[in-house]
Amino acid sequence: MKPAPFRYVAPTTINDAVRQIAEFGYDAKILAGGQSLIPTMNFRLAQPQVLIDLNGVGELAFLETSPAGGLRIGAMTRQRTIERSALVAKNAPLLHATMPHIAHVQIRNRGTVGGSLAHADPAAELPAVMVALAARFKLRSVRGERWVPADQFYLDLFTTALEPDELIFEIEVPPPPPRTGWSIQELARRRGDYALVGLAATVQLDETGRCSNARLIYLSVGAGPTPAPAAAAMLLGKTPDAALTLEAARAAAHQDIEPMADIHATAAYRRQLVAVLGQRALREAFARAKESS
Amino acid sequence: MSTRYFGQPIKRNEDPRLLVGQATFTDDVHLPGMLHAAFVRSNYAHATIKQIDTQAARAMPGVVAIFTAEDLGDYWKPGPLLVPPPPVKHLVFNPRMQVPLAKHKICHAGEAFAVVLAETRYQAEDAAEQVFLEVEMLPAVVDIETALAPEAPLIHAGLAQNLNAHVVQEKGDYARARRQADVVIERKFYYDRGTAAAMENRGIVVNWDRRDQELTIWDTTQAPIAIRNGLAAMLGLSEQQVRVIAPFIGGGFGPKIMMFYPEEVVLPWAAIKLNRPIKWIEDRQENFYATTQERGQVHSAEIALTRKGKVLGIKDLFIHDAGAYAPYGLTVALNSQCTLLGQYDVPNYYSEFHSVFTNKPIVTPYRGAGRQHGVFVMERLLDVAARELGIDRVEIRKRNLITPNKFPYNNEIIYQDFAPLVYDSGNYLPALERAAAMIDYDRFLREEQPRLRAEGKRVGLGIVTYVEGTGIGPYEGARVTVEASGRVSVATGIGTQGQGHYTSFAQIVAEQLGVDVRNVRVVTGDTAQFYWGAGTFASRGAVVAGNAVHAAAVAVRNKILKFASEELDADESELELVDGSVRIADAPLRSIRLGELAQRANPLRGAVKPGTEPGLEATDYFGPERGATASGVHAMIVEVDPETMMIEIKRYVVVHDCGSVINPMILEGQIHGGVAQGIGNAFYEQLVFDPNGQLMNASFMDYLLPTSDTVPHIETDHVETPSPLNPLGIKGAGEAGAIPVGPLFAQALEDALNIPGLEIREIPLSPSRLYELVSQLEP
Ligand SMILES: Cc1cc2nc3c(=O)[nH]c(=O)nc-3n(C[C@H](O)[C@H](O)[C@H](O)COP(=O)(O)OP(=O)(O)OC[C@H]3O[C@@H](n4cnc5c(N)ncnc54)[C@H](O)[C@@H]3O)c2cc1C
Repeated sequence: MKPAPFRYVAPTTINDAVRQIAEFGYDAKILAGGQSLIPTMNFRLAQPQVLIDLNGVGELAFLETSPAGGLRIGAMTRQRTIERSALVAKNAPLLHATMPHIAHVQIRNRGTVGGSLAHADPAAELPAVMVALAARFKLRSVRGERWVPADQFYLDLFTTALEPDELIFEIEVPPPPPRTGWSIQELARRRGDYALVGLAATVQLDETGRCSNARLIYLSVGAGPTPAPAAAAMLLGKTPDAALTLEAARAAAHQDIEPMADIHATAAYRRQLVAVLGQRALREAFARAKESS
Repeated sequence: MSTRYFGQPIKRNEDPRLLVGQATFTDDVHLPGMLHAAFVRSNYAHATIKQIDTQAARAMPGVVAIFTAEDLGDYWKPGPLLVPPPPVKHLVFNPRMQVPLAKHKICHAGEAFAVVLAETRYQAEDAAEQVFLEVEMLPAVVDIETALAPEAPLIHAGLAQNLNAHVVQEKGDYARARRQADVVIERKFYYDRGTAAAMENRGIVVNWDRRDQELTIWDTTQAPIAIRNGLAAMLGLSEQQVRVIAPFIGGGFGPKIMMFYPEEVVLPWAAIKLNRPIKWIEDRQENFYATTQERGQVHSAEIALTRKGKVLGIKDLFIHDAGAYAPYGLTVALNSQCTLLGQYDVPNYYSEFHSVFTNKPIVTPYRGAGRQHGVFVMERLLDVAARELGIDRVEIRKRNLITPNKFPYNNEIIYQDFAPLVYDSGNYLPALERAAAMIDYDRFLREEQPRLRAEGKRVGLGIVTYVEGTGIGPYEGARVTVEASGRVSVATGIGTQGQGHYTSFAQIVAEQLGVDVRNVRVVTGDTAQFYWGAGTFASRGAVVAGNAVHAAAVAVRNKILKFASEELDADESELELVDGSVRIADAPLRSIRLGELAQRANPLRGAVKPGTEPGLEATDYFGPERGATASGVHAMIVEVDPETMMIEIKRYVVVHDCGSVINPMILEGQIHGGVAQGIGNAFYEQLVFDPNGQLMNASFMDYLLPTSDTVPHIETDHVETPSPLNPLGIKGAGEAGAIPVGPLFAQALEDALNIPGLEIREIPLSPSRLYELVSQLEP
């Protein structure tokens, strides 16, 4: 379990980094926290010719309030930094509550937000959470910068809208609208494992207490963050109660999601979890939304 | 009164070194000029080898040599049969053993067919990628229930079927018992594969000293002496030219007593041939294929009982997965057969098994070594019987326990040590009652559970019993020496993999010689220190080597008394050994330090009496007549989330009887580790093979070991029923914790879920599988 030979470069500025990425293109891999990339290299599933280490690029590690009152997160911000940030707890409580579900402390100490988002593991929490939060990503290359909304970033299994010469520079999370609630639910075999099924939910109520917006974004049930549009539609314009959340969760399980089997779970068991976790998430999210009304 | 050492919870002598990272493990051995080996392993599970192309790899940077089976010439031979079949009538046995490097055929994925030796491990692995294997693929034998079917592909030349063995053992007359029974219950049980996953993988460092013509091997083996003897024979060297050191080892659990692993055969040969030291450290991925595994069996069993729940007989037909080769003979399957009857007085027993070859990694004993399966079948049968007869679970067990007056109790079948299965001693009822009291059995079922159920909670209790045949022969030896410094050294041939031998053996010696445990230095697993022995396996270290240490310590004590009585001019009976001195009990000021006495016993000048042996030293051996049977009871309370089938263990109780206890703290550690492995085995770990024999989860990401948050606090207590088979009265404790956890989970989960018709007949389980089992019940 030793990686194949590779060249190692360590840019210190974002400009150098994107120049090197452009120069080596498909032969290169960006090294962020290394918590996903290094194991795949040790298994020789990835054999990049060049490793471009972003750990020395200070410009990529920042965490601040966005002009709109949300968050601006540099791609190289460690997952543990998010977890321990009072700012994140205030401006994006869903993101904050998600962090303990990701791996173990030791891994979060190294693992980065950008690395997790770019890696696009269908079982990862952060992509689903970013879609649920309607976040957007700033991508950067020698050609310039562009913004991509999170829900348009994930194209397929481990496949994103990133061009070979691009990196994720920044993540912008909008501030929570009024009367919103959220929940992160997941089930993993052991603490720190990737989830068998999980979801991030955000809901919004109007002044009359009716649901005006709902997002249920599942993980581990498809090629990437997986929305449940039928479930969301069922909630719109209605006053949430136990019967409605149950019905919506069932719609997620039976209309929206087509989970797959693997060695850890049958498709039927995953479907059950989609319903159970969906219901738990909606119950919690609506309760929070009411509290904040 | 002198200080007692035996039986005390003394802190471990080896821990300071281990805790600060100063102990030598195989990978800590660095030699100048050392080469690194990478084995090239097959991706196919079953294939005929057409060609191995090493040309491109030879040209890679840093590569010194690449060897295949052809290069080994006459040295290439299948490994030895380690355990011959027992003397059972009409037994069919087809031995097939692993080879150093695959030559004609690949029999399991991960089987090595070439080895690359390079200046670094990185270079060796780079080159290994460039060794190409051309094969003709064959369909794989994976499912053990169809391994003997006429259309099954054949794995080994010269066999008309994939049959490793067929064995029938009987006690009494089951057919008659069945006719007399009020009820007969038939069930089929499944137990699947796992891996020991020791924290330290295997590793070997070999050094050939050409000037001294001596071969030194650091090897993570549980049996250094057998490795030395075997290698000397294979390499045409004298045993004195070969030194095998089994240094500190991060866990053995059985797979490290496989002999010989291909790497152990190939690398010493290569080191001599290349005249360079070589290191190979197994990586975790290799460990999933190249280290032996255990546990695949399918049982079709029957229990015949009276209406009152008295067991009249058991019939069990089972299939055992031997894997691709079977160097360990019938050990695992025999253990299943011989452990099934457990603590119960079963007058009639018919047990028949087929051991089959499959295209999966080799099966050899792993902590429990087949006992799990037998206990699972028996305990589950009793649970089903209790339910069908309307008898309480604990009560049906009590009605069938072997009573103390029946020991030694003869089960009339042949055990893995070829001796009749006779339990030496036991006192089962108090342990069962103690465990029931500790888990608060009556109150839980009467008050707690109904209350929790009313709250919508699904909480259940499990309670099961088991026996463990331990401490089998043949023998071990030990040498005890009092040095001139007053320190005592002990050497024995067995290896140690974390069991605390450095402390428990020191306690045995300290008890005899009256010295501080910390002044007793134990060496295990170095063939240059002790020549004779078998190894650490079958929960025998403490029993067999422990009693050898005891015998040697007693001999030294006698030497001390004899010599001191001359030196102090006192009768031996007046002397006592206290605080590192020998003294006259009634006149403690008349004393000699043991070191001083050792010095006087080894004079540099002058004459000694004819026949005098120098020093205060003795070597002695111990070989038990047969194994000692330990026993115990596990109980637990578990909560299940009925929506997700996730579990939480609320309480876990172990009451254990391993005879006299040397060190209760070390014993508890053994039990805790065993229970952790048992929990993994019952609910988390499973090796999943696809129909082509490919392992689907060869990493710790997908092979789920229990973690600190999945293993609960374990409450332990002990019953001490000394074994009459050895002077210390001890029984083994190494495997007990792991053995009964499967049936415990099954019973407790059924009790928690409380769904009519739900019967758990398989291990391992998982939330997904539980959900499936429950879903299947619903119309
Ligand atoms: C035992 C274990 C358990 C884990 N459990 C979980 C879990 O439960 N949930 C979970 O979500 N994750 C889990 N992870 C993964 C962990 O969160 C990783 O840290 C994360 O997925 C990748 O982040 P990284 O910074 O380590 O990225 P790296 O491993 O360095 O990189 C990952 C990929 O992203 C690319 N990349 C990195 N940064 C950028 C960038 N700025 N722009 C473009 N591409 C980039 C890399 O080239 C690489 O392809 C686990 C990891 C381990 C080892």
